[in-house]
Amino acid sequence: MAEMTYRQALHDTLRAEMLRDEAVFLMGEEIGVFEGSYKITAGLLAEFGPRRVRDAPISEEGFVGAAVGAAMLGLRPVVEIMTLNFSLLAIDQIVNHAAKIHAMFGGQASVPLVVRTPGGGGQQLAATHSQNIEVYYAHMPGLKVVAPATPADAKGLLAAAVRDDDPVMVVENLALYNTRGEVPDGDYVAELGRAKVVKEGTDITVVSYSRGALVALEVAGRLEAEGISAEVVDLRSLRPLDRPTICASVRKTTRAVVLEDDWLSYGVGAEVAATIQEGAFGYLDAPVRRVAAAEVPLPYSKPLESAALPSAAALLKVAHETLDATGFPR
Amino acid sequence: MPDVLMPRLSDTMEEGTIARWLKHPGDAVQPGDVLAEIQTDKATMDLEAYDAGVLQRLLAEEGATVPIGQPIAVIGAEPAAGATGPGDSGPEPTATEPTATEPSAPAASPPGAAAAGPTASRVPVPAAPPSSPLARTLARRHGLDLSWVTGSGPGGRVVRADVEAAIAARAASPVAGPGAGAERPAPAVVPGAPGGPQVAAGEAEEVPLSTLRRITAERLEQSARVPHFDLTTVVDAGALLSLRAEVNRALGGRPARVSVTDLLVKACAEVLRAHPEVNSVWGGDKLLRYRHVNVGVAVAVPEGLVVPVVHDADQKPLRQVAAEAHDLAERARQGKLALDDISGGTFTISNLGMYGISHFTAVLNPPQAAILAVGAATPEPVVKDGVVVVATTLRLTLTVDHRALDGASAAQFLADLRSLLHDPVRLLV
Repeated sequence: MAEMTYRQALHDTLRAEMLRDEAVFLMGEEIGVFEGSYKITAGLLAEFGPRRVRDAPISEEGFVGAAVGAAMLGLRPVVEIMTLNFSLLAIDQIVNHAAKIHAMFGGQASVPLVVRTPGGGGQQLAATHSQNIEVYYAHMPGLKVVAPATPADAKGLLAAAVRDDDPVMVVENLALYNTRGEVPDGDYVAELGRAKVVKEGTDITVVSYSRGALVALEVAGRLEAEGISAEVVDLRSLRPLDRPTICASVRKTTRAVVLEDDWLSYGVGAEVAATIQEGAFGYLDAPVRRVAAAEVPLPYSKPLESAALPSAAALLKVAHETLDATGFPR
Repeated sequence: MPDVLMPRLSDTMEEGTIARWLKHPGDAVQPGDVLAEIQTDKATMDLEAYDAGVLQRLLAEEGATVPIGQPIAVIGAEPAAGATGPGDSGPEPTATEPTATEPSAPAASPPGAAAAGPTASRVPVPAAPPSSPLARTLARRHGLDLSWVTGSGPGGRVVRADVEAAIAARAASPVAGPGAGAERPAPAVVPGAPGGPQVAAGEAEEVPLSTLRRITAERLEQSARVPHFDLTTVVDAGALLSLRAEVNRALGGRPARVSVTDLLVKACAEVLRAHPEVNSVWGGDKLLRYRHVNVGVAVAVPEGLVVPVVHDADQKPLRQVAAEAHDLAERARQGKLALDDISGGTFTISNLGMYGISHFTAVLNPPQAAILAVGAATPEPVVKDGVVVVATTLRLTLTVDHRALDGASAAQFLADLRSLLHDPVRLLV
């Protein structure tokens, strides 16, 4: 184990995968000479050369489409889209081509494509550059969508994505790049589609992912200080969604809150809440609550931006309300 | 996928209990196949399938009580997949299909969807309080009626803590009141029913109520609120018993022997036809006179009391009345009565003569206006033409809904019945 940043874990994993498999190559805007807008690809052009680290013009649909073609013919492209917001320019290539080619053409070709892209608000990048639109992709059969919360998962899930034969969206988070954590040494590949109970507890389940998983852990710590045992489930994968792990936790705790950075309506929390009522209805002692972003385009103003994003304080309040609704003594 | 709903199997039915599932998930089902036996407030009846397909899921376990109209099973085109939906398709691993679906037991949702029959005035069931799914699960598991549990959650929602407190209070002592909880105030719990008897712990064994017992109790409480009076007459049963002996001798060894009760059913039917005011029901703002004479006979079964009905008893010969009454009583004891067997009664006879009871009053069988209680045929000294002789007497007590009927009318009915029983050969013509 070595402690490193989320950013470093992504960088090291990309490098390791390129060393491991000659078919792996990188493509994206400013990833070569400029070493990436967030420096994930620092040093890789120098090490692997322009054939395997390809700077692309500002043309998301073009280079994602090129990557889909490369993937169909046997390469393993890892595309960086500068932020999740810009993936909208390539959504037709992702949703209508990458996700469907395997099914539409009788399995003649797979699309082992990875799209890495950071989402998330809180950086004062304003409404168009601060979105959490991962559900657009999580909605789509044929895609896999992972959202690592820790440096260890950044390594394990990115490695798994590169080695998977289907298109995988790796949704990173601007707010996490500088976070630090222990990362397993050597070849570490996580399993796609598995959530993780990152803290065990008995009284209430908090389900989240990406940045929200860290907030959930922080709140679980505060609840612990009050004598409340919270269990935290980090989804890690939005598609496939690990429904059994979610339901098993709620059956144990009988209460659930979902924390999500996306908007409430039609969001990840809606899917998780539906999953819980389908799989653990008779075990629920209170309605599943959701803590999500305010349903507005994210403001630029720092105080307004902070107010619009779901906070630890909001999660703590809703957790308390859920416990109170069931007569939990505190 | 068509849902199989809890059917309305009788006009007073609000909920049914799954007595037994005869089909199981994965079984092919054709229209008319018997899916389950449903215990209603009156009888156990077969639930038949309307749709062809494969039984996919059972939504109610055996023993579960489900309001009418609520889904209890799902019939689909294909074998059960164990999943709630098509799940994620394409290249994703199947291990991530939504397999977490539990076999969901039905929630004891509030009654109320049931529409009342035109004449059936029904006992208002206490509105079930809002409750969490977990509270309902626990209540069902412990046989606790949530109607009597006060919820401490938002909007009075009954939550797990309330159910656990109620179960604990019930186990500890039925008289345990508020203060049972250490820190939180315990919800007010009335075990069993409001104003229920206070029995010290260990003094009584608790017997869970069958549907029939509960419905019987509700209907009798309803009946007790009806203003009523009783009239008793003494009948010389000599001629009646002679006739019965003669008829049975004529029938020889054939099984359908005629009983005193059968003779009374036929006699009451004849007299009811002549007294439509007794064959009636109080309708609140009107009197309803039944067009048919359908005589019910109370039959004791292990779970309680059922009243199978001989329809149009005034129109049928004595032998047919007797044959039908015996068949009904037998099927009542087996719990095999069908809806028609227990519906439509316009008058009821309760006979405890076989237990040596000489005289008793019966409780009205709502909404009927009258019920006849029949005692034992007993040899007694009576005065006949100025001489004391021994005669076999029978005491008949008519209990009457005073709203529908006055004393004189009821007395006339009883007098006519008595005179018919003194001259019972008229029952044969």
